Amino acid sequence: MSQFTLNLIFIGLSFAIYIGIAIWARAGSTAEFYAANRGVSPVMNGMATAADWMSAASFISMAGLIAFTGFDNSTYLMGWTGGYVLLAMLLAPYLRKFGKFTVPEFIGDRFYSQTARIIGVVCLLVISITYVIGQMTGVGVTFSRYLEVSNSTGLWIGAALVFCYAVLGGMKGITYTQVAQYVVLIIAYTIPAVFIAMQLTGHVLPQTGLFGTLNDGGGKFLTTLDQVVTDLGFTSYTGHHKSTLDMVLFTLALMIGTAGLPHVIIRFFTVPKVSDARKSAGWALVFIALLYTVAPAVGAMSRFNLTATMWPGAHSGETFSQSAVSLDAIQNDADKQWMRNWQVTGLLNWEDKNGDGLIQYYNEAGAANEPLAAVIAEQGLVGNELTTVNNDIMVLANPEIANLPGWVIAIVAAGGLAAALSTAAGLLLAISGAVSHDLIKGAINPGISEKGELFAARVSMAVSILVATILGLNPPGFAAQTVALAFGLAASSIFPVLMMGIFSKRINKQGAIWGMLAGIISTLVYIFTYKGWFFIADTNLLADTAANWLFGISPASFGVVGALINFGVAYVVSNATEEPPVEVQELVESIRVPRGAGDAVAH
Amino acid sequence: MSDRQSSNAYWQANLRIIYVCMVIWALVSYGFGIILRPLVEGIRIGGTDLGFWFAQQGSILVFIVLIFFYAARMNKLDRDHGVDE
Repeated sequence: MSQFTLNLIFIGLSFAIYIGIAIWARAGSTAEFYAANRGVSPVMNGMATAADWMSAASFISMAGLIAFTGFDNSTYLMGWTGGYVLLAMLLAPYLRKFGKFTVPEFIGDRFYSQTARIIGVVCLLVISITYVIGQMTGVGVTFSRYLEVSNSTGLWIGAALVFCYAVLGGMKGITYTQVAQYVVLIIAYTIPAVFIAMQLTGHVLPQTGLFGTLNDGGGKFLTTLDQVVTDLGFTSYTGHHKSTLDMVLFTLALMIGTAGLPHVIIRFFTVPKVSDARKSAGWALVFIALLYTVAPAVGAMSRFNLTATMWPGAHSGETFSQSAVSLDAIQNDADKQWMRNWQVTGLLNWEDKNGDGLIQYYNEAGAANEPLAAVIAEQGLVGNELTTVNNDIMVLANPEIANLPGWVIAIVAAGGLAAALSTAAGLLLAISGAVSHDLIKGAINPGISEKGELFAARVSMAVSILVATILGLNPPGFAAQTVALAFGLAASSIFPVLMMGIFSKRINKQGAIWGMLAGIISTLVYIFTYKGWFFIADTNLLADTAANWLFGISPASFGVVGALINFGVAYVVSNATEEPPVEVQELVESIRVPRGAGDAVAH
Repeated sequence: MSDRQSSNAYWQANLRIIYVCMVIWALVSYGFGIILRPLVEGIRIGGTDLGFWFAQQGSILVFIVLIFFYAARMNKLDRDHGVDE
């Protein structure tokens, strides 16, 4: 059976399951559409949260991010998991007790202000739209790669599928499809990882294989990897090379950004009880950790495999004991077929610059270091000859590098799609909820009937999908800035305002509004200074290099500073103005205790 | 009035548990994983040092334990103060 047929079968099968679930889980009320009628078990919700959270970027790009940087990019691993501790303790249980449907709704009620609610809606829309464009592009790319259709055809197929289960089922449909999507994506991620860990270290678990011993050669895997990459002029894999301050701030920005992402927060509105919200955050992290503890192993091992393909001597840690791979082998050998496959996609490329028939891969920046300098002089190298290695290839080409059967490749394709689709659906729900519940019911037409609002929710969902698809076809400049823009805004606006709303009775309307504005504006100005105003190229005031950053803080880490500014301004302004009204203080009292979560909010 | 006092004591107890959990949360990630890594460099593990393990695996495992610990302690606290569901 051809690879194409296999891909078609696996992707088709997974889609049939999603559509089946969509028909079974139709939503009949706004409570079902926004919050799955608060009937989702904590374990199920944990699984759905994991799928909601793990995007195309987590699935495809993260292992590569770690592979080519090593220890310094541990920030992604810690940052994208540590936020769940904050969610479980600082936000989720109290927002579940509050018992409404959207994040801006809490902001509006707690700070008794329509203005605060609208600022919340604007932040939510900027964050979620930035995020969803990346997912839609991911869907298009995956489709075009595995099903041999054009990028835009792939995107429309994906949009039609999301339309089916998101418009019909709302949160209920999305939740149960996300559970299925989680299962698909975790299987797809784990199988190649287990095979590779066994081939290299004999460990079944990639998590222990990473710290294990190499099968041939006998050295510790990480020690050998360090040796091999430094031989080739790269910085050591396990070493700490970046600024400590920026690592700390970037990790913190990802953590509080995660906790402030509206599409993640609303998942905790679906569980029956406050105690379930706490437990569910734990389950979410368990399911996320299944991928996040495998990713560093996938990264390190595929980096090792790639390097050892280019320098066969690297297998035993003696990088230069054998000559580099020959051009002839790359072009003709069966076990190098994957290189030729991926050259076609442009993610991998090579060039025999000095015409010696060998392809030497090394880091030009480290060319002065021994023993590389001697090798360069001896072999007459004029530059690194593995000219393109895309980060994403570490996950995408994994099954082929390890010579795994065709069905594994097909599962990886279905897994990549599941990751992108599940996150897109969660984001679209957050967007449509903000439009139909916060804008239409909250501001434009408060008298709208339950039925009318459900219809409005479905229409906003359909429009959101259409807008996201069109933006996915023509991604604007800001779409590539998910980490800086979405996490920066979530960290500097939504997280602080929610936390203060729960943990302080003194923060009032003025404090919240000025705090949010100060947080957002300072963060945006800092990002725009280095990335260009509204991300338009060449409009940046300063070059985006470490030397120019304020105290060495990168634009992507600035969300933490924005959050501090938000907290500070809110505190000062609140203390200079009157206390919040008594009923608001009682609202804060009531969300702090779990009892009564089933009822409507008692003021 | 006694209700208010009990709910105040409940909230203070909750804050104490959160505080302890947050200290551990910061210690295993920002501490051992980044800032204090040179201090634990002597402890070798699987071809590298303890700090690398915390940064790429240990911190995530501790996060999971922390959340379930918090959830269990809060369930008990809810019952003790009569505010459980």
